[in-house]
Amino acid sequence: MDWGALHTILGGVNKHSTSIGKIWLTVLFIFRIMILVVAAERVWGDEQQDFVCNTLQPGCRNVCYDHFFPISHIRLWALQLIFVSTPALLVAMHVAYRRHEKKRQFRKGDQKCEFKDMEEIRKQRFHIEGSLWWTYTSSIFFRLIFEAVFMYAFYFMYDGFRMPRLMKCSAWPCPNTVDCFVSRPTEKTVFTIFMIAVSSICILLNVAELCYLLTKFFLRRSKRAGNSKQQPNHENKEETKQNEMNELISDSCQNTVIGFSS
Amino acid sequence: MSWAFLRDLLSGVNKYSTGIGRIWVAVVFVFRLLVYVAAAENIWKHEHDEFECNIKQPGCENVCFDHFFPVSHIRLWALQLIMVSTPSLLVVFHVAYRENREKHHNRKLYKNPGKIDGGLLCTYLISLILKTGLEIVFLVLFYKLYNGFKIPRHVKCDIKPCPITVDCYISKHTEKMIFLYFLVATSCLCIILNLGELSYLFFKYSIKCYLKRHVKKQQ
Repeated sequence: MDWGALHTILGGVNKHSTSIGKIWLTVLFIFRIMILVVAAERVWGDEQQDFVCNTLQPGCRNVCYDHFFPISHIRLWALQLIFVSTPALLVAMHVAYRRHEKKRQFRKGDQKCEFKDMEEIRKQRFHIEGSLWWTYTSSIFFRLIFEAVFMYAFYFMYDGFRMPRLMKCSAWPCPNTVDCFVSRPTEKTVFTIFMIAVSSICILLNVAELCYLLTKFFLRRSKRAGNSKQQPNHENKEETKQNEMNELISDSCQNTVIGFSS
Repeated sequence: MSWAFLRDLLSGVNKYSTGIGRIWVAVVFVFRLLVYVAAAENIWKHEHDEFECNIKQPGCENVCFDHFFPVSHIRLWALQLIMVSTPSLLVVFHVAYRENREKHHNRKLYKNPGKIDGGLLCTYLISLILKTGLEIVFLVLFYKLYNGFKIPRHVKCDIKPCPITVDCYISKHTEKMIFLYFLVATSCLCIILNLGELSYLFFKYSIKCYLKRHVKKQQ
């Protein structure tokens, strides 16, 4: 199990995402996960071994390192990426559930379902409407919250986003205030700023996607309200009845409640 | 052989699980396996090299490390992941047995070999009970071995060949504590999911049995 497996899982969600969602996923995989695995892990690889304190007192280095780096940047980023990718799994589960329902209807030989075979059901792309809209929008909302929480945690734990070259430590068993030197501080600062910048871009993309979905939702609602007002004037009674029947049929296809399979 | 093997195994189990079972598989994959491979493993990678004692006596560090960490946290974590995922194989084997039987008799014996009913339901319930039991066993083991879910910052050691009581310092203590709490939290979440699934299946099939009997009585 590694980042590749996460990529496979999230790749499935990509089909049902909006265009902004697809851009977000690409940014996540190329500019965050790949950079983390290929570059950042090497930069932080030797962080404790090369953390040097100006003392021979055994234990002082361990204690000072633990004091200044309660949780390593690299681990915090890995956790952030895992938490930020998780809401997309909700969408994946919802889509899998819908697909499962359609397969069940197909197997029962339901005439109302419009699919010809299982392959079509498997390849079908679900539009983001109805309950899937709510799942998708909540997933974006949670993503935003997790991103913000981790960015704040970073800022709070490390007093900003700069990696200092020198730290003064006086934790026991250090005999006095000793100078401790961090390895590769400039390179670490560069990567920290890069990851924060990409995180901000992802936040902006999520906000844009949220606004887009909300706008689409309200436009659709006002269109429906507009249509229902116009209907009695422009259509005769038979056409109205036919439209209602068609809506009922398409709704029942999507919303038939059959419990979890077992 | 690596974690990918376990991942493929569990993906196979996913097919015959209930909805809650699938959530359990997702939690194990993302919050336990992925966190282990991507983050936790590297924290404990050089734990022995970074374990430092305030003494030059050869052998003292080795002996003290061995005394305070009989089995490393990360190894216990890996064992827990493997043990907890294994009971699900019982279900896979039972389904394979059903399919073999159908092939052997050359006719359809079951409406759907993968449907959880009859014998397969018993197997599924047993696998759930085993999973929950193993989770609890490992949590208790962690608690007993390390005196609660704590990692000390430094320990005092006076085992031979250490000539006196020496101070030994553990590396990355805070980071290890954070991930230990994370492990315990996800373990508890998985226990809750398993118990939820057990109750769900129990009630579903009790109600089904009751309704069947009720219909028969009426007839």
